[in-house]
Amino acid sequence: MNDDSLEVRQVTVRFGGLTALDGVSLTAPPNQVTGIIGPNGAGKTTLLNVLCGLVRPESGSARFAGRELLRLRPHQLAGLGIARTLQGVGLFGGLSVAENVMVGATCHARAGTWPALLGLLRSDRDERMLRARAMAALELVGVAEHADRMPGTLPYGVRKRVALARALASGPRLLLLDEPASGLSEQELGELGTLISALARDLTLVIIEHRMDLMMSACDSITVLDFGKVIAAGTPGQVQADPAVTAAYLGIAADGGEAGAGAAGAGEGGAGEDGGRPGGPGGPGPAGGGAR
Amino acid sequence: MTLARHLAAAAAAAVVIALISVQLGSYRDYQIAEVAAYVIAVAGLTVLIGLSGQISVGNGAFMALGAYATALLQLRVPWLPAHLGGWSIVVIFLISVVVTAAGGAVVGVAAARLRGPYLAGATLLLAVAFPAAVADRYAGVFGGDQGLGVTVTTPAALGPAFPPTRWLTWLTCAAALAGLVLLANLARSRVGRSWRALRDDEVAAALSGINVARLRVLAFVVSAASAGLGGSLLAVVSSIVSPGAYTLSLSIGLLTAAVIGGLGSLLGAVWGSLLLALIPGYLSNVATSHGGRLFGLPSGATSFVPIAAYGVVLIVVMLAFPSGIQGGLRRLFGPVAPVAAGPLARLARRGRRAPAGLPASRHGLAAARHRGSGPRGDDRRGQAGEPSRRSGRRHARTRDTHQRQSEHQEEGTR
Repeated sequence: MNDDSLEVRQVTVRFGGLTALDGVSLTAPPNQVTGIIGPNGAGKTTLLNVLCGLVRPESGSARFAGRELLRLRPHQLAGLGIARTLQGVGLFGGLSVAENVMVGATCHARAGTWPALLGLLRSDRDERMLRARAMAALELVGVAEHADRMPGTLPYGVRKRVALARALASGPRLLLLDEPASGLSEQELGELGTLISALARDLTLVIIEHRMDLMMSACDSITVLDFGKVIAAGTPGQVQADPAVTAAYLGIAADGGEAGAGAAGAGEGGAGEDGGRPGGPGGPGPAGGGAR
Repeated sequence: MTLARHLAAAAAAAVVIALISVQLGSYRDYQIAEVAAYVIAVAGLTVLIGLSGQISVGNGAFMALGAYATALLQLRVPWLPAHLGGWSIVVIFLISVVVTAAGGAVVGVAAARLRGPYLAGATLLLAVAFPAAVADRYAGVFGGDQGLGVTVTTPAALGPAFPPTRWLTWLTCAAALAGLVLLANLARSRVGRSWRALRDDEVAAALSGINVARLRVLAFVVSAASAGLGGSLLAVVSSIVSPGAYTLSLSIGLLTAAVIGGLGSLLGAVWGSLLLALIPGYLSNVATSHGGRLFGLPSGATSFVPIAAYGVVLIVVMLAFPSGIQGGLRRLFGPVAPVAAGPLARLARRGRRAPAGLPASRHGLAAARHRGSGPRGDDRRGQAGEPSRRSGRRHARTRDTHQRQSEHQEEGTR
């Protein structure tokens, strides 16, 4: 339909001696949901941070709609039609819900600083337009009735939706979601799945998530990371059947070793809602600091 | 619309001030003019700290810059008054503001990478170095300790009997109100919202398309320009610009007034400035009216009573209204507004947080976990819409715990 595909090629990131991403490549085609999974510390969020200009990679390239992203600064992405949600919520605590989402629509503002300083009508018109965009985004995710509340007074699930609305308010063509389902109830999870499928009709979607039930049903393709490397990629069915994936989730080396006794079945279940690596106690994993 | 509202408020204030100034004697008029000079400087600082989340302990230096610019323009550019007559002072104000705005841009760029206490330290240096050291070193230009004179002529149209101090009051109040209208426009606009957004979460703000670096510098420019206007006004009010008037304690006083008034609130800047300008004078009047003896203290010690009492007033206000006078008024009389909700606590947190895009250190995480419900608890409570105070507080606390947990996740993983 269009050329809005995200192409990541051979991205390598090192933090000191730790290789967080090691030659990662993946393609997210337009109008599809591309999932990225992997145990904690696999480098999923680091990959998103690279795409958003928060982390400079040592090498590699990432192109969206043919445009190189890795030399851009974070605030330039919104103008290119790229939006991202943060792990957790990341809302502005001192701004109302509507204002939070209006901030997300900032890239559509036309009036600059001078009209704002002088209080010109142009600035007022701009504000009305931003507010309308924000309300439309809140409507879309179904939390418009909370527009004038402060984020701190809302339940977690609602705040997650507001964060999603903030990302949508910019009218993105590429949407990067970092753990959109963490902390949601079963019912909310189902609603999120429906919303994701609806969104994917119009844009390119990349999702990082631990909730396997969501990923298996919502994603068109899944890339699996472990220790900064792509260990599998394909349809949800293919990935699920891949022994390397099971091994990674069970915390054993792919070429042998033994699984931690209590970890059986974690691979296909809701692996680690708390984000904990379900591997055995001796499972080798990078420390929290390197997990990004 | 926004502009009309702000202009209407300013016009109402102008009418009230004009009516009051006609009633009062020249000393009170002079005091109003002095407060007007402080108000605009404090308003600029409260925007910087309360909205953009940056701190400056050096805005007294910007006031000095504005004041010296005003004096030097009047002394060294004689064709300005010659061509413009009595209105030249307005042009001089404008140029002085532009000069200090440029100074603010330089400091803002230099400070762009500093946060919290480091930024405070760097700006403190400004306050220490600028007026005193520079004026002393280049005494030929700046007049040394003696300083430079500034004159204002009352327009002839007002008649020969018009008291000069009343004109001074009208002039300074008009200038301060104009500045406040511009600041209010900015605070209510997208710029103000973007400031508050980056204050709360820089990474999320950047990902929302906000140019964080540019806006942080802009906040410094605005704050410096306001301080510059305040300095210009103070120069004409006191009719002299000397290093002794722009000391470190002025900078600290501005900061005090902004915090006491309520960070992020322009009305709060007015309350804070009133306190800053009037309380010490009032207290020392009380002391002297008792013949220099209070509580049976020796006369040497009595001179310190006003200072001590001033400190007590500040402490009491902060205990009664942790989010400043304006925050307290809002809590008492109106819906809780988000603007002034504990930016100080947020500022404190900022210092501990790991820089954006870097892994939070274990140390920082542990510190965050052990932080009590102290400043942050207040912070949240201020934001909650609390219908009934008591139950609202309890809810706020449970909510708090949730929020804290989720925030820790964020801090740890980002």
